[in-house]
Amino acid sequence: MASGIRDKVAIVGMGCSRFGERWDCSADDLMVEAFTEAVADAGIERDRIEAAWLGVFYQDQSVSRSGLPLSFALRLPNVPVTRVENLCATGTEALRGAVYAVAAGAVDIALAFGVEKLKDTGFAGLPERTKGTFEDLWQPGFTPPGAFAQLGAAYAARHGHPMADVKRAMAHVSWKSHENAVSSPKAHLRNRITIEQALAAPMVAYPLGLFDCCGVSDGAACAIVTTPAIAASLGKRDMVTVKALALAPSNGVEMGHSSWDGSHTLTSRLAAERAFREAGITKPTEQVNLMEVHDCFSITELVLMEDLGFSQPGRAVHDVLDGRYDRTGAVPCQTDGGLKCFGHPVGASGLRMAYEIYTQLLGRAGERQLASPSIGLTHNLGGIPNRNVASVSVLGLHRG
Amino acid sequence: MHGTGIQSFGAYLPRLRLERAAIVEAMGWAAGLRAGKQQGARSYCAWDEDALTMAVEAARDCLTGHDRSGVASLVFASTTHPFADRCNAGVVAEALDLAQRLRTSDGAGHQRAGVSALLDALRNARIDGQPTLVVAAERRVARAGSEQEARFGHGATAVLVGGGPELAAEYVAEASLRADFVDHFRSADAEYDYAYEERWIRDEGYLALMPRAIQAALGSIDARDVKYLLVQGPQRFASAVAKAVGIRAESVPPDLHAECGDLGVAHPLLLLGAALEKAQGGDLIVLAGFGQGCDVVVLRATGRAPSAGHGASGSLAAGVPNREYARFLANCGLVDVDWGIRAERDNRTAQPAAWRHHRDVTAFFGGQCRACGTVQFPLARACVNPGCRAFDTQDPVQLAEKLGRVKTYTEDWLAVTRSPPHVYGNVELEGGGNVFIEFTDVRPGEVSVGQPVRFVFRVKDFDGVRGFRRYFWKATPVRN
Repeated sequence: MASGIRDKVAIVGMGCSRFGERWDCSADDLMVEAFTEAVADAGIERDRIEAAWLGVFYQDQSVSRSGLPLSFALRLPNVPVTRVENLCATGTEALRGAVYAVAAGAVDIALAFGVEKLKDTGFAGLPERTKGTFEDLWQPGFTPPGAFAQLGAAYAARHGHPMADVKRAMAHVSWKSHENAVSSPKAHLRNRITIEQALAAPMVAYPLGLFDCCGVSDGAACAIVTTPAIAASLGKRDMVTVKALALAPSNGVEMGHSSWDGSHTLTSRLAAERAFREAGITKPTEQVNLMEVHDCFSITELVLMEDLGFSQPGRAVHDVLDGRYDRTGAVPCQTDGGLKCFGHPVGASGLRMAYEIYTQLLGRAGERQLASPSIGLTHNLGGIPNRNVASVSVLGLHRG
Repeated sequence: MHGTGIQSFGAYLPRLRLERAAIVEAMGWAAGLRAGKQQGARSYCAWDEDALTMAVEAARDCLTGHDRSGVASLVFASTTHPFADRCNAGVVAEALDLAQRLRTSDGAGHQRAGVSALLDALRNARIDGQPTLVVAAERRVARAGSEQEARFGHGATAVLVGGGPELAAEYVAEASLRADFVDHFRSADAEYDYAYEERWIRDEGYLALMPRAIQAALGSIDARDVKYLLVQGPQRFASAVAKAVGIRAESVPPDLHAECGDLGVAHPLLLLGAALEKAQGGDLIVLAGFGQGCDVVVLRATGRAPSAGHGASGSLAAGVPNREYARFLANCGLVDVDWGIRAERDNRTAQPAAWRHHRDVTAFFGGQCRACGTVQFPLARACVNPGCRAFDTQDPVQLAEKLGRVKTYTEDWLAVTRSPPHVYGNVELEGGGNVFIEFTDVRPGEVSVGQPVRFVFRVKDFDGVRGFRRYFWKATPVRN
């Protein structure tokens, strides 16, 4: 019986670049920006890092292939760098690699990195890419908003909600994230919006309007991880440890089997179950104090509240409108503004989410600081509802 | 001993019908078109239709209720085949999943090709009694404001020729006449026809040539006994020919100019289908193709219905008239629309992968698990049913003819399509199975969860760099 990773690894330093349209920055600049913050936070020399994991999704757009871009940008002393990619869970996958290496005892200190330079395409939205030689022959020429918009019609039909109610809850999701981003200095979009503005926005992919979609940004984020013992030796008192890192990829059911009704994300449910089990969380709604979920689109966040077990099936619309996931609600969600306001530089997002949990748990969140949270959750949903990778991680605070 | 003749007829016309008044409105200033002369509407292809996709749909219509495996030969006649060197009939056959031993050929090069193919098929049936599927489709493009632009239509017809007791019409006689009479031409590298004066075509072409061929075919048959004279070309030419031969004026039916326009190679067969729907047992039909000579076929109707599908009348009735002249031009490729940077995506086809999956994609086959019965797309080595997941248990199963229901959908205004918004979603197949698929022939607001859909064969992507196009199936609402 595996003993798992719960509390075996501590995060001793994190860094996050400012996210946005960083026209004047290359991926290297973003990596150095995040890394400088992380090593200073950890209080270690760069050369104490023994291995690194680099998460990049759009390799040819952002940097290039392999782990070399990180090794070059940071001039690491030829330590192993492994490049990982697992759709939008890429950043979390990098963290998983580094955490596993420390938990396994292979290295003492490891670096998890995520970076993405999306704004060099010269056009709005995500870069176009092939889906694969066979998939291109039959899969719809979808866009991310269109693929996730599928959840909207199916969710409304499944639970008998009028689309107007679902749209209003979706607008609330985005409104709430913009409210939070006002006091989130590294966010891309820091303006307030109104519910009415969101509802009246031009349609991107029915039922998703402009404000139901997250931004497209450049950004980088990273974490330095080690054992709790080494963390203590570095002088860390309050310590953030990793309680669970769970991953659940689709196996084709959503793409080809009738059992999936299209109104939820199957894999998020599985990843959440696994993560809660590993973290020892039995009552998520009471034990989890904040979360950063994959709000690539407002409808995604809405259905995730049910998939992750925070709302009863069909009730997320009401819970959202009741303010349950606002900063002042029972389980604050996207306290930094989420993907909605940070944008989604794919490789960096999972680590950017962890950065917010880490920051909140250590009480460093400034104006947006919550009252003494001790457990936080991050969630990514990579791909599209038809085929995806879900990750759920749970981070906890140990007061020294 | 049964005769040989026509077993079945099918037709397909695009839903889009451009009211000719819209052409006058847009181009009258330049072309001197007069509103009074431009009645009715002409059919035109959606952005994802071409002669080949229409041929597939007409063939499906024709084969409704018929055993596909028995078809021995397929001829695809057109002057607008999408491929100049790739057997277009072979793609049609693949889409229909016809027998592997099938003979396939393309009939091309002149407007008479549809009737010529029918004549040859009847000859073959008389030799070996084997059924031939003749499909004819045309998507001709004409210059903006030209006479042809208003006259032409896009569409397809299909005729199943063979023997047996259940013919809709029996073969009686035939005749051919060659004449290199150039009423119009389109050279191999030209986009448009170059046409000559109508009065000369009528007098020296139709009236000088066609009566001779018809009389040769009729032989001893009294021309006054002919109930239907179906002539390729305008009705006034047909009437002139009828008069010259001695066929009654009332035997010349409407030329369908008002309903769909001139379908070129496919048009005589559309007239035949329409006539067979009305004909009584024993009615004599003369079908005359024209183009550098004549091919004439004489048939006798049996009174049996020619179609178990939509047929001519159903296809003619399924149109949606509109006045979107700019869309018409765009669909015909006559305006250079800016589809944005996203449209620069390279649609190169990996042919080895396409060949490996040709039945999955072109014929739209999925897999059905022998262990648990689950139907799935695409067919895979392991069953998708989470309660099964067995390896190598799937038999190919055709999904193209199944109906489905919309499970999820979106109208995507960001995605690249030549008819925004791009509509796609998940469709639950009747009998189980889910397919994530594009929709076609829908406008915003037309799709809803739970709606019944069927599948149609369409262009999936154009590869502008290499001049290739690839095909797949799309969902479209079941419409009465």
